[in-house]
Amino acid sequence: MTIKEKQEQIIDEFSMFDDWMQRYEYMIELGKTLPVIDEKYKIDENLIKGCQSKVWVHAELDGDKLVFTADSDAIITKGIVAILIRVFSNQHPSEIIEADTAFIDEIGLKDHLSPTRANGLVSMIKQLKMYAVAYQTQLN
Amino acid sequence: MSQQTQATTFDVERIREDFPILKRSVNGYPLVYFDNAATSQTPKQVMDVIVDYYSNYNANIHRGVHSLSQEATDKYEQARKTVQQHLNAEKAHEIIFTSGTTHGINLVANGFASILKEGEEILVSAMEHHSNIVPWQMLCEKTGAKLKVIPMNDRGELIYSEFEEILSPNTKLVFLNHVSNALGTVNPIKKIIDKAHSVNAAVLIDGAQAAPHIKADVQELGVDFYVISAHKMCGPTGVGVLYGREEWLEKLPPYQGGGEMIATVSFEKTTYAGLPHKFEAGTPNICGGIAFAAALDYMNAIGFSEIAGYEQELLEYAAKKLKEIEGMKIYGEASEKTAVISFNIEGLHPYDIGTLLDKMGIAVRTGHHCAQPIMDFFKIPGTVRASFSFYNTFGEIDRFIEAVKKAKMMLQ
Repeated sequence: MTIKEKQEQIIDEFSMFDDWMQRYEYMIELGKTLPVIDEKYKIDENLIKGCQSKVWVHAELDGDKLVFTADSDAIITKGIVAILIRVFSNQHPSEIIEADTAFIDEIGLKDHLSPTRANGLVSMIKQLKMYAVAYQTQLN
Repeated sequence: MSQQTQATTFDVERIREDFPILKRSVNGYPLVYFDNAATSQTPKQVMDVIVDYYSNYNANIHRGVHSLSQEATDKYEQARKTVQQHLNAEKAHEIIFTSGTTHGINLVANGFASILKEGEEILVSAMEHHSNIVPWQMLCEKTGAKLKVIPMNDRGELIYSEFEEILSPNTKLVFLNHVSNALGTVNPIKKIIDKAHSVNAAVLIDGAQAAPHIKADVQELGVDFYVISAHKMCGPTGVGVLYGREEWLEKLPPYQGGGEMIATVSFEKTTYAGLPHKFEAGTPNICGGIAFAAALDYMNAIGFSEIAGYEQELLEYAAKKLKEIEGMKIYGEASEKTAVISFNIEGLHPYDIGTLLDKMGIAVRTGHHCAQPIMDFFKIPGTVRASFSFYNTFGEIDRFIEAVKKAKMMLQ
């Protein structure tokens, strides 16, 4: 599935919910499905800055696809990370670099996108794209 | 309803009429504002003063010969007198307008750079806001002075005997808060000031968190410096006051150079203005200072003992209800504390709880509250902090408790 197709799938899933509470309950569920990062990667170098909760992200290449694993000590943050990783993981770095993230708005998480928000969603997206840039160079 | 069982003569519903913001809704729910320790809300009496200033007498002060300038100067200087009376300072020029508590602390720390000598000691409490730690660390770097810490116990109270232990004739300055922002602990500052003075150490008290609840009397306390911010006590942001005892303010060099703070200037030599202008370089926050005085008038008209009494009822009610929730851990259970409750629920991250409370229209603070040493002491990443003000109600606490229970259910 392309990044675009995955985003549409997530938008579909979230459109089933009538209120914020169902959306958040679903996000908490998604958090529990996050591909858990190997303990050895839960180090300070893999921490994303700008989050009130801790978020660790690790990236590695599988052929020409970039695979992300992550974790967070806060469950809602973990849900947000899970959504991002579902969209970006297993994609070619160039696709990740070019992807837009407007779908966040459509699933009712727009308020999490503010750069001043302490959850660091913006920092997370930036970090995933930075990994993509780094590995893109490696692939070339 | 449970709140009706609370016997109080405090007319909170009438007071709430003064605060337009309390009528708004957030995320589809009526706002419950429990982040008062971060900043308080503003009554329309203070907003009216701000509008009146810009509508009728906005002008630069102290230098103008025209009428508007004179009116603005009179009101600004009257505001200084209002603060003086509020803190019971002996002299009006002991009141220095600042941009807030952080500015006041930096001003004093900067002044001590020319007084402290290498190897001399300054003492800080273990429960300070970063703004009452970092300027002093910078001062130590500059001067070679040493920073020592007065420890606290598990209840969030300073250990007085340890303070006596580390205090010595080599101690030049002691600085701590009157009330902890993260825990609400009221520190025994009178006792600490007297003891520090016995070795001739100066004392700076960060009154930012105390000022909304406790009317400090600087003469009775005998304190050397007391700093406060307007925005925590119904005033606007960007303005505060440093009270400094005259002899100390005379001793400290100016903090910033500029207009307003000089007597004469030539390229060979500049002489400084007297107090308070020596410390008020540049055009001050004129409107802010006047509005601060209006906020003090507003709170004094209600009465600080009435405010404190009502807030204590809110605190006790909320603490009792919170403790009924399984897995609840409250941080800071000092015998004397203001209306602040810092807590965590076992197994849950404070950020998650705060996020869900916000979705239910309830504003609390989560995180380390700019007091990381306290979080390290308790070995936690942060807490959820609910802080109450005199315009909050028992009904709001009931809604808050229900929301915490709902968040807990969703997160577990």
